[in-house]
Amino acid sequence: MATQSPPYFEHDADIGVIGRGATVEQAFEAAAQAVFAIMTPVDAVQPRATVSIEFEEADSELALVTWLNLLLGKARELDMVFSRFHLQRHGDKWNGEVSGERWNDSLERGVEVKGATLTMLSVKQTGGSWDARCVVDV
Amino acid sequence: MNLSQLRQLQPYLWSLPRQPGEERADVLLYGSAPLLGSMDDKVLEQIANVAGLPGLAGAAMTMPDAHWGYGFPIGGVAAFDAEQGGVISAGGVGFDISCGIRCLRSNLDVGNALPEFGRLADTLFHAIPAGVGEEGHLKLNPAQIDQVLREGAHWAVNQGYGLAADLEYIEEHGRMSGSVPDNVSELAKKRQRGEMGTLGSGNHYLEIQGVEKIYDVAAASAFGLREGQIIVSIHCGSRGLGHQIGTEYLVMLAKAASRLGIRVPNRELACAPIQSPEGQQYIGAMNAGINCALANRQILTHLARTAFAQVYPKANLETLFDVSHNTCKAEMHEVDGKPRLLHVHRKGATRAFGPGHPMLPERYRDVGQPVVMGGSMGTGSYILAGNRANPAFSSASHGAGRALSRHQSLARWHGRQLVDELARQGILIRTRSMRGVAEEAPGAYKDVDLVAEATEQAGLARRVAFLRPKVCVKG
Repeated sequence: MATQSPPYFEHDADIGVIGRGATVEQAFEAAAQAVFAIMTPVDAVQPRATVSIEFEEADSELALVTWLNLLLGKARELDMVFSRFHLQRHGDKWNGEVSGERWNDSLERGVEVKGATLTMLSVKQTGGSWDARCVVDV
Repeated sequence: MNLSQLRQLQPYLWSLPRQPGEERADVLLYGSAPLLGSMDDKVLEQIANVAGLPGLAGAAMTMPDAHWGYGFPIGGVAAFDAEQGGVISAGGVGFDISCGIRCLRSNLDVGNALPEFGRLADTLFHAIPAGVGEEGHLKLNPAQIDQVLREGAHWAVNQGYGLAADLEYIEEHGRMSGSVPDNVSELAKKRQRGEMGTLGSGNHYLEIQGVEKIYDVAAASAFGLREGQIIVSIHCGSRGLGHQIGTEYLVMLAKAASRLGIRVPNRELACAPIQSPEGQQYIGAMNAGINCALANRQILTHLARTAFAQVYPKANLETLFDVSHNTCKAEMHEVDGKPRLLHVHRKGATRAFGPGHPMLPERYRDVGQPVVMGGSMGTGSYILAGNRANPAFSSASHGAGRALSRHQSLARWHGRQLVDELARQGILIRTRSMRGVAEEAPGAYKDVDLVAEATEQAGLARRVAFLRPKVCVKG
């Protein structure tokens, strides 16, 4: 699992998130971490419950958007915030396990991320690392 | 934005000349030189891309508050003709489908109500679920969600949230036709179960404002506005459901683009012919999202009234108007002297029907539609009125528009300091997120006065009243 600080890039109205890792899965995990860090300091979120995320997508860019949007949708459905992300790719199939806890008064409130967009969307391998990025709507 | 690449047609109207070999419709930009000069170049790139989409009627346009969006610029207006192969674009509607402002006029004056503003702020903050991680008081089952998606604000009124009289002053009289709840995914509906009657986060707010200046006495009279009066503005949209629709359909349309014969410069502009099955499917889902937003603002209106009644027992809050600024709607417009049915995308732009339009409530028929332009929590907002001769498919600015990014704002301001500074100015902020306050700092927005002036000078709408913020519950 990626542990580096989640980086961001500029967008006028919203926020660009970047995930980097040795594999495409790690880059996606880091991007998810960056998304949830906008909503609350994720270090404070305890992994009290685990949720499975599964989807099928051949296009790696659309897979990033789908991954982030499934996480955001699941988080709101369950009134949770996630802090630990694990993703595996088997061909076009992506299987994730994410952990976190329900929102509670001990968690500092940041800004809600409502969706990942196709804006500035890219998933690239450069040298030995993967870079996954897009603008998220807040 | 470098203005040298534009041609100034009128003091507040500019065009983007085509490059040799460039095939696209006209691009028109409304605004003053300072406003356009402060815009990101991405605005120009995005609106030029929109002008290249099939079936565009007239020109692709930006409003004076435009800024960089997703595919379409925020503050973008584009109308497409289904008979000419015109398209529907999820990015042209936006992710927060039917985000908009419900404006309520009160029978209270700032002078008399001022001593209780602190108690009002606390009561509203307690009553209005706002910010990330806050659920609403309502928990709807799947059948109830489908009813919301079909009936819009009517559902809320039938459940006891608000008054039947509100419905006349909501666009589409509170219920968007053509909604197809079956076109909305289960995940989108699950996201919404606990989110009805919530404000959300980001730039959403519930604000108590005082009418500080009247510009147009006749329109102000029709709108029931007078100086010193307290106004309530509720800015929010279709919450998680709308976003889920937007993101799912954007991916679906991006995948279908080549099969549908749509060529776009990048995938964020993904769209489908209006008459295609994919286009019709999205329109049905989008209309469901519009009804979700209308119901949400209706519930929040009820919650605001309840909170006011606790502090001011004789308070009466009437709906002045409810107008959305992230939509695509089928409307009749005259193009080159001929009436045409067009699908008008307004992404961060407000509908602004002029006097005499048959869809206006009788009370406003002589003066035009109320256009609510939300500014920042530290500066103010405007109510304008639609013009009969609006040149932009009856559209106008929706707000001040961002001047700085969220990260630039975070680097420059601290939430706590802003809250204290605004309190010294007599503006009470209630929030669960100091980060959110910093990102929404008044200095992060364009000068709302310049935007309102440019909107009027460009002939898009005319200023009626300026509203000064007094209490703001920030999402």
